[in-house]
Amino acid sequence: MANQAQILPGTLDLLILRAVSLGPLHGYGILLRIGQISGNALLIEQGALYPGLFRLVHQGLLKSNWGTSDNNRRAKFYELTAAGRKRLRQETDNWNRLAAAIASALSTQPEEA
Amino acid sequence: MRLLDSLRARLSTLFQRSQVNAEMDEELGSHIQLRADDLELSGLARADAERRARIEFGGRERFKEEVRETFLSSFIEVLIQDLRYGLRVLRKSPGFTITAVVTLALAIGANAVVFGILNGLILRPLNVPQAQDLFMIERARGNGYSSYPDYVDLRDRNRSFDGLTAYNIDAAALDTGDNPSKAWLMEVSGNYFDALRIQPHLGRFFHDSDEHGPNSAPYIVLAYTFWHTHFQDDRGVVGRVVQLNKHPFTIVGVAPPEFHGTLLFLSPDFFVPIVNQEQVAGISVLNARGTRSGIFSLLGHLKAGITPAQASADLNSIGSYLENTYPKDDGHVNFELARPSLYGNFLGPPVRAFVTGLMLLAGLILLAACANLGSLFAARAADRSREVALRLALGAKRSRILRALFTEAVMISLVGGAFGLWASVALLRVLAVWQPVPRFPAVLPVNPDAYVYGVAVVLAVASGILFGLVPVRQVLRVDSYQIVKSGSTGTAGRRITVRDLLLVAQISICAVLITSSIVAVRGLLRSLNSSFGFEPRNAMLVTTDLNMAGYRGDAVPVMQKRLIKTIEAIPGVESVGFVDRTPLYGGGRGLAIYADEATDLRPSKAADTAYKFAISPEYFHAAGTALLAGRALSWHDDENSPHVAVVNRQFAGKIFSSATNAVGRYFKQRDGTRVQVVGVVEDGKYLSLTEDPETAVFVPFQQSPNSETSLVVRSSRDPLQLAPALKSALRDLDRGLPTYIATWSNELGFSLFPSRVATVSLGVMGVLGAMLSITGIFGMAAYSVSKRLKELGIRLALGARRKQVLQSALGRAVKLLAFGSTAGLVFGLLATRVLSHIVYQATPRDPLVLTGVVLAMALLGLAATWIPAQRALSVDPLKLLREE
Repeated sequence: MANQAQILPGTLDLLILRAVSLGPLHGYGILLRIGQISGNALLIEQGALYPGLFRLVHQGLLKSNWGTSDNNRRAKFYELTAAGRKRLRQETDNWNRLAAAIASALSTQPEEA
Repeated sequence: MRLLDSLRARLSTLFQRSQVNAEMDEELGSHIQLRADDLELSGLARADAERRARIEFGGRERFKEEVRETFLSSFIEVLIQDLRYGLRVLRKSPGFTITAVVTLALAIGANAVVFGILNGLILRPLNVPQAQDLFMIERARGNGYSSYPDYVDLRDRNRSFDGLTAYNIDAAALDTGDNPSKAWLMEVSGNYFDALRIQPHLGRFFHDSDEHGPNSAPYIVLAYTFWHTHFQDDRGVVGRVVQLNKHPFTIVGVAPPEFHGTLLFLSPDFFVPIVNQEQVAGISVLNARGTRSGIFSLLGHLKAGITPAQASADLNSIGSYLENTYPKDDGHVNFELARPSLYGNFLGPPVRAFVTGLMLLAGLILLAACANLGSLFAARAADRSREVALRLALGAKRSRILRALFTEAVMISLVGGAFGLWASVALLRVLAVWQPVPRFPAVLPVNPDAYVYGVAVVLAVASGILFGLVPVRQVLRVDSYQIVKSGSTGTAGRRITVRDLLLVAQISICAVLITSSIVAVRGLLRSLNSSFGFEPRNAMLVTTDLNMAGYRGDAVPVMQKRLIKTIEAIPGVESVGFVDRTPLYGGGRGLAIYADEATDLRPSKAADTAYKFAISPEYFHAAGTALLAGRALSWHDDENSPHVAVVNRQFAGKIFSSATNAVGRYFKQRDGTRVQVVGVVEDGKYLSLTEDPETAVFVPFQQSPNSETSLVVRSSRDPLQLAPALKSALRDLDRGLPTYIATWSNELGFSLFPSRVATVSLGVMGVLGAMLSITGIFGMAAYSVSKRLKELGIRLALGARRKQVLQSALGRAVKLLAFGSTAGLVFGLLATRVLSHIVYQATPRDPLVLTGVVLAMALLGLAATWIPAQRALSVDPLKLLREE
């Protein structure tokens, strides 16, 4: 657990959208999925997920429905809306550009400046 | 169904916090269970797994709070967006905004004022504990009088009241050391404060145990306001001795600030025990069982579990006991219970009917204003349909657009409501300190309280939502594709729309108001010009009560004669007449009349009860009352000569069958005295302007002494110029005698007060209604002209005549106007039946009223359609066609 990173502010929404884009999930499932796709490198406080989920639902990026989990528990499932899918694309592009820019900035050698 | 579900979910997130909470709880709970399942799989016991899952999850409440904040902030964000947008839109059309705000301010203001009056006079009970079971006892509808001995019997024998108390209203001269001045007081039974269950603010109250026979309790309890204004809140006032009509009285306490006596519209200055009535009023009714007018009102709290019906049955059994025990004094009575605040059924029903009617009218006006603004709003929404369509096409939700429209509407209504409330509170404050009746401390207790503010806010929001609702269907129906493509809605109007109905309703409301205000004005004018049986112009009234300066017994008529002689000597005075109480000011006292041959003198056998006035010989001359037959009274008709009287024509007709017949005949009083009629005078108004002709008897003041004194001073000059001379002459005669001097016309304000109030309030409502109708018709006509401008232009270009164009442009508006006016006129004529109780001879069968209403409505229509008609006629077809 020691090499887990705190996620950057604002990136949780992106991670949730990404996690849900692979298929409807309940809250706990989203946490597991984020862990899975990030190679367990990101630490998310479990409860902190929900304000993010409600925000995304309210913005119309996610929609939710009550359903039954694999082990027969009632749970609320989230999936992307069309707007959510669009937003995910945009945010992913943004992020990639930003990450590339920062990576390039950080890898710059002193003599190049 | 899915739409319905989502709508319900949306509503619940907005309004039902608890449901949102429950759902959140369920979701978080399910998360913990799922986590626990995983932990269990990894080998933990179930209980440990759940505990661990909860700990891992962290503070549930904190996350729930964050979720809620997310919701709230987005709600506020949208609200601010809408407010900004609304402000921008409204600023772009200042004409519409100002019209809407002013309309609503007037309508909501009118409602707040009328509600303030309704609240003060009808909804608010007397300021005593448990006011809901406080009742007054009436002998017959509208008559709360009783005799004192009867009161004592009722008090001691009833089993229904938890303390029955009695009070009188009187004026007396209060001398706190320097200058005696007239003050208003309530003479109350010893148990008054105990029966009303109130506690003193300072010192103590007097009680039953303080009463030990006549003049045994010279105590004063000050009303809080009087203590505040006349004793500057001096706490040392308790125990102080003051002079009341030159008798020493001790101030024992001060009543609490919220207590203003037991009549809503009268705040007495202080309270004294009724056993001291002789000192306070100069006469005493404590032993006069036959004096029905001895006590003004009886009231008390019903015992727990006793209904008003049971209480009246109880009282009626005491009534038959009284009838059997005192046949000479007590006739048959039927007791009823009534609410004491407006003196039971005397003032209650007419005031209640009038104020409720006014409230209804005000409500209708607000409704009309909403209808008006609704159609204006709808017209605007139609003009904005292109914008709405564009926004829809760009992906805005209809709910979002509607929400913005509502925000705009409520914004207007709140601003209008704020202005209206501000104005109405100012008006109510003025009304609350207004003294409508000179000489009498009547007040309208209409200070605005929390209810008034609450009602105004509710009305503002409700009317905003109401007129915001009108364009909803329109927005929902918008087909963005069609509109963006063709540029106009192009929907053909149905034959009758809701908007038309609203307009007709509004016009008829306006016609009702105009009808009733014209009827009221006519009635008021007629009552001003009708015959009172005296001539108030060019006459001054000097009023006083000699008892206030300590005159008693034989000294009273002597002093009254001196007063007459002194005033007669003032230059400019034509004649001076004395009367104990002027007509139309509280009326004369009732006098039971028996035929000369009657032997059974029980109250129930009286042939008539007439108003009795004690007068001096010159009274008829000074008052301008015409003598029809016989002679007036003379100075020789004094206490030593046989009893004589002058009667009015109604009396002569009723008792002696004709005026000429009456002179020289006799009638009997209840004590058996034979009275000879020596003259007959014209009829007059004695108690109220709306009364039917009543019988009246005028007797010589020496034969019927009374310390109450009114002097009618007729002058050849402007009567007001006499006032200083009158004042100084009276001061020279007796410095300690408080007097009140005013013109007689001014004094009539007392009788004219109800009809003046009715006329003014109906007039104001009428003007409001007319303004609303004008804007309503104008809005409709202007809108229909502007919509059809192109068509009208083409028709003009093709050679249509002006009349035809006008007909097609404004025909609908005129038709609606005619229809609404007719309906309103009919309703208005029906409504004036209520008015006839308040306004003298308010009759709708008056050609002037009919023509007035028709003319007013026609003018109104002309004013409203003038500008649209001009616009329709001045259409330049070429220009129009070029523009498109």
